[in-house]
Amino acid sequence: MAAPPTWGVRALLGPAQTMFRKILIANRGEIALRIIDACKELGIATVAVYSEADRNALHVRFADEAVCIGPPRSSESYLNIPQVISAAEITNVEAIHPGYGFLSENSNFAEVCEASHITFIGPSPELLRMMGEKDQARREMAAAGLPIVPGSQGIVPDEATAVSEAARIKYPVILKASAGGGGRGMRVVRSEAELGAAFATARNEAQQAFGVPDVYLEKFIERPRHIEFQVLGDKHGRVMHLGERECSIQRRHQKLIEESPSPAMDSKKRAKLGGQVVAALEQVGYTSAGTVEFLMDEDGSIYFIEMNARIQVEHPVTEMVTGVDLVKSQIRLAAGEKLEEAVGTPAVHGHAIECRINAEDPETFVPSAGHITVFRTPGGPGIRVDTAAHADGVIPPYYDSLVAKLIAHGDTRAEAIARMRRALEMFVIEGIKTSIPLQRKIMMDPDFSEGRLDTHFLDRFATLRAG
Amino acid sequence: MKGSKKQPASFEFTVPGIDLGQLERLLSFMSQHGLEEFEYAHGDLRIRLKKAVAQTGAAPVLALPVAPTTVVQSVPTLPAPPVPVAPPQSVAGTSQIPAAAAEEDHLVKSPIVGTFYAAPSPEAAPFVKVGDHVEAGQTVCIIEAMKLMNEIEADISGEVARVLVENGQPVEYGEPLFALRPTGKKK
Repeated sequence: MAAPPTWGVRALLGPAQTMFRKILIANRGEIALRIIDACKELGIATVAVYSEADRNALHVRFADEAVCIGPPRSSESYLNIPQVISAAEITNVEAIHPGYGFLSENSNFAEVCEASHITFIGPSPELLRMMGEKDQARREMAAAGLPIVPGSQGIVPDEATAVSEAARIKYPVILKASAGGGGRGMRVVRSEAELGAAFATARNEAQQAFGVPDVYLEKFIERPRHIEFQVLGDKHGRVMHLGERECSIQRRHQKLIEESPSPAMDSKKRAKLGGQVVAALEQVGYTSAGTVEFLMDEDGSIYFIEMNARIQVEHPVTEMVTGVDLVKSQIRLAAGEKLEEAVGTPAVHGHAIECRINAEDPETFVPSAGHITVFRTPGGPGIRVDTAAHADGVIPPYYDSLVAKLIAHGDTRAEAIARMRRALEMFVIEGIKTSIPLQRKIMMDPDFSEGRLDTHFLDRFATLRAG
Repeated sequence: MKGSKKQPASFEFTVPGIDLGQLERLLSFMSQHGLEEFEYAHGDLRIRLKKAVAQTGAAPVLALPVAPTTVVQSVPTLPAPPVPVAPPQSVAGTSQIPAAAAEEDHLVKSPIVGTFYAAPSPEAAPFVKVGDHVEAGQTVCIIEAMKLMNEIEADISGEVARVLVENGQPVEYGEPLFALRPTGKKK
């Protein structure tokens, strides 16, 4: 290929590598546009890749170049590593931004990029692999000082051990099949009196479902809140955090509404946990943007669950309260800039909320792909809309159902909610069904207004409306 | 909302308790005066009526792309799905089909992204040239992808009517490479 290999450039110039001239965006939809935004501001040329279903998509239109990489099915296009790398080679890009989803956390892809002398805008393949193995990630992060959900040391062999371990962990506890998943072999135990019977049943269920009776104990969190920390790391050993987001409004582990800061956090807790997060990630050598996810129990104790080693869908709420452009920072860090150059020292101002507007039935959550006839986005003070949708556009059935991200920022949480309410009212999408009606109702909910959130919020909400 | 059946319309309101009779009169009033939309607000009550737009040209809900014609690849690393012949105007929107490619000409399209080479080496003669007869399965060019040389085979037998790309040119998925005049359809 005509372009000099990037390792050569880096070897000559040392760590202060010059900014990329051209980046390929291995994604579609709003995040592809978001990355194009960042590149345009940094003066970097862009290459879009697209499947045949996205020929008329906006990321194809707004990128400087575009390469068709395959048929609609993502396994043959956006997930097809040889096609993406070939597109990068024929267009002579220096780096690939993977966005979120698709190849963003694929350590193999990151490795192929490295071997092809193309900078993968994300953490190293080793870190992607570590964070991808959830068990290993938990062990490594616990060793690096992050709290994890308390549990038994491995398998509980007998009832006597179960009793002593449960007493140490404190009730309620949950018995889980070690071979398990999908809720089978799980038993919530609220007192010692229930433990004997539950232990026997859980072992039986585990034996029947997985052929192994082994169970372990973990602290059961009745009403967890989902709290996550946004981090940025440079290639010089430094990591910083940009505060937390709360994403407790979810259904089937899909986030629907996110906000920053969390109503359950204060500056003291933030400083303490943020410090732990930074120390742990500096220890493992994290580079690029990432998110460290926690569960918070009713007492405000917090436990690491996993790390997402990529830019996230909900990154704009952090951008709105910190003023930091996370995607631009991510690109600058990948080019070798230090945190203090790429980010500086941000300060949190106000409150931001994001609603993920999905193409789906607001009652049944059945996806609603199709032709958009009317698309009118709200605006005005404190409102941001990230979307690749437009009137007369199409939401193809092959990819995720995200149509737009509506973000409201205000001086206070109350102001952000008020802005979100009026923006949801003035967001008009016709031709497909969207989650907007549900989000309007949530914004009017007293529990939401008071910040009484947990991951079962939406279940209760649906039951309430059905009843 | 059966009452609106004769006047296909979409409407939304924020407060229940609408008089359907009045609504129906409103709808006939709209069609009488050729109104497309009607909006009314009074206190907490808000009504918006909108006539369904006549579907022009039976526009499909989804612009499903037609599967591209692909050629069988002799290199197994990149799966190229064998798919039926597609009408040429539906694929490879960026590369226009030259006028010379007659209606019945068959387009051999690139199954992968890469660099097109007409010959096995810089010194060698091209695999095929205009006027040559090719058999289905015959190698017609090479596409280099990720340092691998992928031999591309013709998917039908016929005469090479036109070479549509330049030697060394980057090609994308589905890009037409050759126009073949199928055997037995000579003009």
